[in-house]
Amino acid sequence: MADKIYEAGVQAGRLNCDAYDAHFSDLHPALDRHEALVAADRCYFCHDAPCITACPTEIDIPLFIRQIATGTPDAAAKTILTQNIMGGMCARVCPTEQLCEEACVRELAEGKPVLIGQLQRFATDHLQEQGIHPFERAPETGKHVAVVGAGPAGLSAAHRLAMLGHAVTVYDARAKPGGLNEYGIAAYKTPHGFAQGEVDWLLKIGGITIRNETVLGRDVTLDELNGDHDAVFLGMGLGGVNALDVSGADKEGVLDAVDFIADLRQAGNMADIPVGRDVVVIGGGMTAVDAAVQAKLLGALNVTLVYRRGRDRMNASVFEQDLAASKGVRIVTHAVPKAVHGNGAVREIEFEYVDADMKPTGATLRLAADQVFKAIGQTLEGDNLPALEGRKIKVDGTGRTSVEGIWAGGDCASGGDDLTVTAVAEGRDAAMDIHAALAG
Amino acid sequence: MADLTTDFLGIKSPNPFWLASAPPTDKEYNVRRAFEAGWGGVVWKTLGSEGPPVVNVNGPRYGVIHGADRRVLGLNNIELITDRDLQTNLDEITRVKADYPDRALIVSIMVPCEEEAWKAILPKVEATGADGIELNFGCPHGMSERGMGAAVGQVPEYIEMVTRWCKQYYSKPVIVKLTPNITDVRQPAAAARRGGADAVSLINTINSIVSVDLDAMSPHPSVDGKGTHGGYCGPAVKPIALSMVSEIARAPETAGMPISGIGGVTTWRDAAEYITLGCGNVQVCTAAMTYGFKVVQEMISGLSEWMDEKGHTSIQDFMGAAVPNTTDWQYLNLNYISKASINQDDCISCGRCYAACEDTSHQAIAMSDDRTFTVIDEECVACNLCVEVCPVENCITMVQMAPGTTDPRTGKVVENTYANWTMHPNNPSATAAE
Repeated sequence: MADKIYEAGVQAGRLNCDAYDAHFSDLHPALDRHEALVAADRCYFCHDAPCITACPTEIDIPLFIRQIATGTPDAAAKTILTQNIMGGMCARVCPTEQLCEEACVRELAEGKPVLIGQLQRFATDHLQEQGIHPFERAPETGKHVAVVGAGPAGLSAAHRLAMLGHAVTVYDARAKPGGLNEYGIAAYKTPHGFAQGEVDWLLKIGGITIRNETVLGRDVTLDELNGDHDAVFLGMGLGGVNALDVSGADKEGVLDAVDFIADLRQAGNMADIPVGRDVVVIGGGMTAVDAAVQAKLLGALNVTLVYRRGRDRMNASVFEQDLAASKGVRIVTHAVPKAVHGNGAVREIEFEYVDADMKPTGATLRLAADQVFKAIGQTLEGDNLPALEGRKIKVDGTGRTSVEGIWAGGDCASGGDDLTVTAVAEGRDAAMDIHAALAG
Repeated sequence: MADLTTDFLGIKSPNPFWLASAPPTDKEYNVRRAFEAGWGGVVWKTLGSEGPPVVNVNGPRYGVIHGADRRVLGLNNIELITDRDLQTNLDEITRVKADYPDRALIVSIMVPCEEEAWKAILPKVEATGADGIELNFGCPHGMSERGMGAAVGQVPEYIEMVTRWCKQYYSKPVIVKLTPNITDVRQPAAAARRGGADAVSLINTINSIVSVDLDAMSPHPSVDGKGTHGGYCGPAVKPIALSMVSEIARAPETAGMPISGIGGVTTWRDAAEYITLGCGNVQVCTAAMTYGFKVVQEMISGLSEWMDEKGHTSIQDFMGAAVPNTTDWQYLNLNYISKASINQDDCISCGRCYAACEDTSHQAIAMSDDRTFTVIDEECVACNLCVEVCPVENCITMVQMAPGTTDPRTGKVVENTYANWTMHPNNPSATAAE
């Protein structure tokens, strides 16, 4: 092999082109029609099905699977998308093993749940690949709603509001809409431009204007938005990243994992993305796993994911942990960063082992590192926001904030897991409440 | 080890699995390979009169009802009798029988309902050395339009008449194959017996349209835009065939008549069921057409293993064993009372029992907030629907109530005596008889 996997330092093009294609192709290849029919036939069509309850968007899963089984995948897609307008992306990125598929009675019965996620993808892909948008917009209401953030929460809210006849303007800080779907998810989970394709498809409802590269607080203020619109929905996610508070953290090569993930998603050619021979990722969530796995797939020789607590406390699902392990990522637990060593650029990172109560043990670990990716949490950015609860915007069950006329949902709002599907649900539910408020 | 050999009308075969008269038995090449694969006997595909043979359609002949993963549940065909020259078939039959003396070889025949036609063909068939003949009075499509097949089988007088001719002009066993496309299968069976038939075989295929092509607006299979009814067979027809077999086994005018069971035999278990209802052997077609001749190996090993388990040393040991337990509804014991019981350890909380009972039956299953499903004995009539819709085998069972206990549904004490409808006070006839 002409691979440059043993060469030290941070280098692009460590692998040959075929390897990049193989590494960054679809993690789960799509089911073909026959596979989908066989998988669909395993659904028992449970009464008051547990999988529906387990889905944050409460998709009628037995119904859509039966619609697939009877040869009407577009009807199945409409069942899904009525509840979750980003059903296509959720089918790819949901931790189904912790949600619908964990609740599936066949998981209980035989440890093999119905392939709900892959069936959902089969149905939504079938519809979206035809370019069909199955919803119609209600007559214009004359109301205008501002949405901040074109991620899952914002676009979910925008679509629902537009469908109900309101005019929606979405303000987003980035160059492209999609939010984390476009910038924050591993490339192998959503290849072939799916995220942008889904946004384009979603916008077919009409009535939605997107203003890219418009930053709240810099280009537009919340007061202005609130004054100029009939309602505001905040769904800007968590724009900041937590700092690594150890000596040497400012050395070259100590990077934010979210930037690395975004660079990979925006790269025209994976061979252009430089990666170290020795890579260390700090953190235990999905972002940490996405960064670690992709570093490995780019050709890093040694990738170590270091988490301060045990595996059972990791936010990354067991499936994600196993995926990382299967790609050759070493997972080290119960270790906290103490210092970054190096002369200008990072050469080593030092950890200290801690016990289950996070008490230092005195035992240390030094890992060679050309790159260190920090994935130790993201934070809400912005001033003059509605009242916070903890470090997020405080909302009630329907997304209302402390300020009249302003709703919030998704990662920037309190409550709920920081999942795409949760954000979609919160955006949808806030939109329904906004609609009710505007009608009243 | 169990002995699977059968003696049906004096015709011996190493096992009770015969291939039915159908496409798999249309020619020497097939039949030789079937015998090599282990089939105990073959009923050669139906021969017609001498002269230009029939022609088949040149478009599709089959249509199927599929289950999960395209499992073949029911097969429909519009093929006719052999479309090969009579003498070719006779020569092949002669050669095959000579080479396989230990296997049963029966020749199926369908010629016009005229004595001369039968008188002409029977000596030719006799000369092949085949073990017997089967009269095809069942084919429901195509041939019936020409006054043969099911058109004969639907008129008991014709069955009797033709059977008599066959017994007159042919010295070996005569089997009459019955059509299910009638109202009471006992009538043609009795007619066959009156005509001197040695046995009946049933069922032939059932009139069917398996599906309609919603684009072409034509029944499937569609020949240039038009379809016709065909003959339905395969696993889907087994219940119908079993019932008809049991009626012939039970009816006084046909009881004891040898029966060759046909209809959806797919596994050893199907064959065992036919035999318990009085069949001396079974004939198979769809299973072979779906899986090939090799499938007989499972049938042989399965039946043998089951017989060993049960201590049956020969087919005779259990032949007809279920016939005495097949009765009329009116003789079922109304004092037998049972209740559904759900094994909570096996329950996977799918709720199908609840949906079925709550929506369509007796509201006899309760569902708790934590998805625990329990039977309400006060409402349960023991209909068995929950047992059948439950995806976990044996999770729900029917438990008999002990005599002396009180049925909470009726408030009556369960009696230890047998009492059926003919004795019941609600039966006007029972009252009148007193």
